[in-house]
Amino acid sequence: MVATTNTPAVRLRQVAKTYNAGAAEVAAVKGISLEIPFHRFTVVVGPSGSGKTTLLNLIGCIDTPSGGTVEICGQDVGKLRDNLLSDFRARNIGFVFQGFNLIPVLSAFENVEYPLLLVGMAVRERRERTMAMLDAVGLTEHAARRPNALSGGQKQRVAIARALVKEPQLVLADEPTANLDSATGATIIELMRRVQRQSNTTFVFSTHDPQLMSHADTSFAIRDGVLTDSHGSEQP
Amino acid sequence: MIYLLKIALRNLLRNRRRSAMTGSAIGIGALALLVFGSFTTYIFAGLQTNLVQHIGHLTVFRNGYFLFGAGNPAAYAIDDYQKVMQLIAADPTVGPFVNVMTPTQSLVGIAGNFENGNDAAKTFLGVGIIPSDRDKMRQWNEFGVSRVAAPDDRLTDDDSSRGLVGGGLARILGLCAQMKLSNCVAPPAQRPTVVASATPDLGLADLAHRDLGSGASAQATDPEISLLAATAGGAPNVVDLRVSGVDPQGAKELDDNYVAMHFALAQQLVYGRGEHKATGIVLQLRRSEDLGKARAALNQLFQREHLDLEVRDYVELTPFYAQVVSLFGSIFLFMALIMGVIVLFAVVNTMTMNVMERTNEIGTIRAMGVRRGGIRRQFIAEGLVLGAVGATLGAILAVAVVVSVNAAGLTWWPPGQASPTPLQLDLFGRPLLLAGTWLALTVIATLAALIPANRAAKMSVVDALRHV
Repeated sequence: MVATTNTPAVRLRQVAKTYNAGAAEVAAVKGISLEIPFHRFTVVVGPSGSGKTTLLNLIGCIDTPSGGTVEICGQDVGKLRDNLLSDFRARNIGFVFQGFNLIPVLSAFENVEYPLLLVGMAVRERRERTMAMLDAVGLTEHAARRPNALSGGQKQRVAIARALVKEPQLVLADEPTANLDSATGATIIELMRRVQRQSNTTFVFSTHDPQLMSHADTSFAIRDGVLTDSHGSEQP
Repeated sequence: MIYLLKIALRNLLRNRRRSAMTGSAIGIGALALLVFGSFTTYIFAGLQTNLVQHIGHLTVFRNGYFLFGAGNPAAYAIDDYQKVMQLIAADPTVGPFVNVMTPTQSLVGIAGNFENGNDAAKTFLGVGIIPSDRDKMRQWNEFGVSRVAAPDDRLTDDDSSRGLVGGGLARILGLCAQMKLSNCVAPPAQRPTVVASATPDLGLADLAHRDLGSGASAQATDPEISLLAATAGGAPNVVDLRVSGVDPQGAKELDDNYVAMHFALAQQLVYGRGEHKATGIVLQLRRSEDLGKARAALNQLFQREHLDLEVRDYVELTPFYAQVVSLFGSIFLFMALIMGVIVLFAVVNTMTMNVMERTNEIGTIRAMGVRRGGIRRQFIAEGLVLGAVGATLGAILAVAVVVSVNAAGLTWWPPGQASPTPLQLDLFGRPLLLAGTWLALTVIATLAALIPANRAAKMSVVDALRHV
């Protein structure tokens, strides 16, 4: 990682992503350029099919752009081979998925602990940090439960704890409230905001609900694969 | 590694029925291989024991006897066989290995029964033995698969006139009624007409005492048959043999021709008043594993002493044994191959379904930073656990089956044997079979998981996350 004080957490330059849908090509992202500074709570807003998820996938280094460059924490991730990219994600990026995506055979504690195993943390520190994270999301008493014994909101809390436990530079949340009722969704957004402030992590989350933009330090609006609006940030 | 295996086990328990079915396939494979392997071990041990009890581990012959001696045993006899036996007994390498060393005399001839109105004759294959040595050899039971034979008091060292015949020969010679044999059919009253008379011009009975004199007196209870053979010099010779009983042989051809007699009587018949020799010196060793060393030492001894002798082991003398070993070995290999293929396909199928069902999960952990190798290891670990658990259950089941069968006291007729023996499956005596089967099935299951594991590892993260 080559981040300096002037380096943004995310820098996209003319990033495009085209999918082959049979004979036709579908451009999901069309030459987007943006920068997201560190320690910001950023929201990407757009309707379904606007390219939010593709944009987050590119930022999360789980998809490769058809054109342009993606720099995360100062690292041009296009230059990293698969194993190094995996290691980069393991160290620097946390994910919160719309469908929670908890590992069903692991307890809440083990799900949160899992990312720390990937970075080779010592057992004692791993356990302490996992418990602290579960405490931060209010799930200490549910630590031993498997995901199927948790409610939707509790699952998403575990997912947030899992994303944050390794103290990543960047946390990406793709429509984290889409599968939750509005009250639980609001609680989750509040929780994300709170832990982001506490951990001072850069948070990027996508939503199709424009009302959530009010929670963000920075926001981008996207439609048909093109940025249509931005607040709190400068496009390069 | 422990964490990986723990997660693998939990993943397998997610779909218990599927895992149980695949584990059962592996377990049944292990069970079949282990039980059949135990059975073949028992067969080999039983056959070996039977052979060693009858023909010993090694037989010393005069050079050429093995290839040509059957046509004229006397011509290939060992001169001064007693001196050879003394040399063998004194040899510091061979001597301690030997349990029984005994001379034998093989011969061929014609046996006839002309008593009580009978007029039956039949060619025979005879063997001269020392009764006490025969009894001692029959006690050999290194592998514990044979019933301990009681001493056969029908033959004794001090009465050279007595002998045993095969059940078939007893029937052909019309001895059934006289010997009160069960399962023995008397010859029909009206025999088929033959073109030329098989009865020699000079009756066997008339010839019987030409060389023997009146040394062998008959007992009223045992029937007496006459044995005609050519002496080493080519002259016909006849002796009387009191048939003390029947010694059934496993093969009909042998049963219809077999005559066992006292070594001295066989020598009398073959050598008459000439120098008494032996066609073979049988060595029964205490332990079969010493066979190679004993054979090598014997060859060195004969070379050193310039003796025109060769050594053959029981496998060479009984091609049937090697054929049975080869047959059962082939069947076992065939079974192992079939089981291996079944396990392979069962595990590939199960793991492929697991990969399909967990595609989204694969995408999730790849996004979290697990390398492709980590995904591969996870599914391979599941194959390993599946194989190990299935093979272990199969092994436990096999132990239970073996113990139950052995405790049931079942008997059966092994190939080539004339009497039933207890069925004792031998699994514990073959730790390599147990370990090898377990390891082979576990490795096959692990390797089988490699195919779906590679598929899982190669998935695109985004495509995997999109999978519903």
